[in-house]
Order: sequence, then C-alpha cells, then structure tokens
Amino acid sequence: MDNEFTIDEQPVPFKPGQTILEAAKAAGIYIPHLCFQADFKRHGGCKMCTVLVNGRTQTACTHKAAVGQEVDVNTPELDAMRRSLVQMLFVEGNHFCPGCEKSGACQLQALGYEYEMMSPHFVELYPSRGVDASHPDVLIDFNRCILCELCVRASRDVDGKEVFAVAGRGLDAHLIINSPTGKLVDSAFAVTDRAAEVCPVGAILKKGVGFATAIGDRPYDRESISAEAESCEIPEVR
Amino acid sequence: MSAAPDKVKVRLATTSLAGCFGCHMSFLDIDERLFELVEVAEFDRSPLTDIKHCGPCDIALVEGGVCNADNVHVVRELRANAKILVAVGACAINGGLPALRNRFDIQDILTRVYRDPVTDHPCVPNSPELPLPLDKVYPLNEIVRVDYSLPGCPPSGDAIWKFLTDLILGRMPRLERSLLHYD
Repeated sequence: MDNEFTIDEQPVPFKPGQTILEAAKAAGIYIPHLCFQADFKRHGGCKMCTVLVNGRTQTACTHKAAVGQEVDVNTPELDAMRRSLVQMLFVEGNHFCPGCEKSGACQLQALGYEYEMMSPHFVELYPSRGVDASHPDVLIDFNRCILCELCVRASRDVDGKEVFAVAGRGLDAHLIINSPTGKLVDSAFAVTDRAAEVCPVGAILKKGVGFATAIGDRPYDRESISAEAESCEIPEVR
Repeated sequence: MSAAPDKVKVRLATTSLAGCFGCHMSFLDIDERLFELVEVAEFDRSPLTDIKHCGPCDIALVEGGVCNADNVHVVRELRANAKILVAVGACAINGGLPALRNRFDIQDILTRVYRDPVTDHPCVPNSPELPLPLDKVYPLNEIVRVDYSLPGCPPSGDAIWKFLTDLILGRMPRLERSLLHYD
C-alpha cells in the first residue's frame, strides 16, 4: 500500500516528509517525548521518543516515515530504556516534586508515572545550581532544567529574541540568558513570549499563579500523559 | 486476610529518619484496616510500639533520608534484621526536601543558624547526646541496600495498604496509576 508503514504491527498512513512521531500523532498513537513541540525545529535531544525502525534505534521525532518501515514503539526493552532516561534526568538535576509548583503538570514527572518509575535508582548528583527570580513576572529555577532547548527554540524561532542558549558540554551544559548581567530581568524576555509557555518541567515558571490549580486537580493527576496522544499541546497549568 | 491461631505472624518494623513523620501519619490512614493488619502481622521496632531496637523481622518500612550518624546506625540495624527493606516516601527515596541543604556546606549552615545575635559568635550545640550531622542528606539506597521504593509525599494510606498487602501475600508490589504519585 502507498505511504503506509507499521507501528507495533498496526498499519499507519503518512504524508511524504512526515516524521514517524508526526504520523503516529496524526493516527492517535502515543510516542513519548520531552523536547518535541510540533511547530518547532526538531531537536532529537531527549531520546524519549526512541523507537526501533526495522530493528535499529532511531528518534521518532527526527526520523522520516517511509513505505514499508516496521516500527516498534511499545516493547519491554524500550520502556525500560525510557524509564532509565527519566531516572537519569531526575538524578542529574534537583527534582523534588513535593516542593515544585509544576507538580502534576510536569511532563518529566508524568513520564515517570507512565513508565512506573518507583525511585530514581541512580546515585543523586545534587548539582549546585541557582534560581533567577530577577524578572517581575517569570522565575527560572535552573535546578529543574533538563536542557530540552524548547525555550531556546521558542525564543529564537518564534519570539525572534534569542534570550536563551545552552552553554558548556556534558555535565557542564547549562542554560544561559542573553543579557549584560546574565539576569532575565535585563534581557528582552517578556511574559507574553512563547518561551514563557513551553517549559515541560518546573524550570520556567510564571509568578503569582503557581497554585491557581490545586495539586491533585492538575492534568497528570487526572490522566496519564499517553492519553493526550492526538494533541501536541502542552496542557495548561493554570 | 484471616490467620489461623497458630500461624506465625509477619514481623513488621517501621522508623522515621530525616522525615516529618508524614508517612507514618499516612500509614495510620489505613484506618480500620489496621485491625486486618494486626491479624497477620505484629510490630517490632516502631513508633507504634516504642521498641527501641529491632530484632529479626520480615519487613522494615523506613521513612526519611539519612542526615546524621544516628540515622546511619538505625538504618543499618534495620537492614541487618529485615528480610525486606522498603524506602517509604520522597525523603527516603531521593533525600526529599531535607536534601535541599545539600548544595550548602554543613559548617556554613551550622555557624549561620547558631550565630549568637548578641556576641555574633557561633555557638553550635555540641552535646555528646546529639548525633553528628552528615555532610549531606543521603537517600537510603546510598547507605544500605533497598529492596523496594514506595514513592509519595506521603504515599496515600491506600498506596501503603496496596504495597504492604502485596508484600505480605508474597506478590511483586505494584501501584496502579492512581496510587503512584511523587508529590
């Protein structure tokens, strides 16, 4: 059949040029992801969307769908790998869910629930990172940044401001702010920017609205992250 | 879950280390199921029995991370005596909110907290009865081997009941999605 491939042995149609993740979303099939946003440039950084394409691992957000491909998404091995990825992201930063405003609306936490993460398993790194509360409307807690670069892409490609960038390599990689002082308040950033909306974790937070929705009533308190298969939108916290 | 009169009961130990006793309060939230529990289980060392030292037991539920020398002794004693040790709650699993101090130097914290406002000299308490704080707050699995983790801050009474009954019945403990929370 033309323009069709399979996901877990189910036939899935695609349009030429679509990635596996886009075709899966259009067909209502969930493939987990953290650094993907439909209208942004592909990043392929978080590796949560790793699937097997004809037996080889590929990131579904960057790999184009092709006729006759056999894609495996839900296998015990891939799920275990995704759980390990979430665990590594947890120990690499300071992720204390009980004290986080984003709890219940956080995609990293939701993926922990999705893959039955009972503990972070690895040795905690407890990095020493700061908080930038200089901006009147938005707070940045670097302790929770997972370097997905969604804010980098939003600010550069949508807002046209280039407020954020990732500096350093490996364990030294960290989010930096483009301003003379390095503080958010002195940058071109505004609360109306797309970059203020895209953070999948509790690193970029709007001030004054953190607990407008009670803990327990938030999106991932009510249903699992895989239930939003057909939508690319990050659920609203407010 | 009714037991024959001569049936050996499961021995259960519980303790709170660098925690807030919230997980123990949540444990009491199993409410009248406590009566079902004591039909098949009896308590060894626990705040509920006030037994100070643990004997051989089947299951140890440990709340809180490890923040001082006393915590280390307690959790090692539990590990030596328990067949199954469960890290209960966020603090036991990743240090939790007490671990927010890990980014600071312990000496700096003590001298700042205990600075005398009049003389401006630090007067850090130094009684031999006080356990020495550790440089950091550690999750349980960095001090002893942990068999299972039960996340939540605190895990709900229902989650604790599900986990505990699975363990007592010899099943692999699992929490369905509605009982699995990190907050």
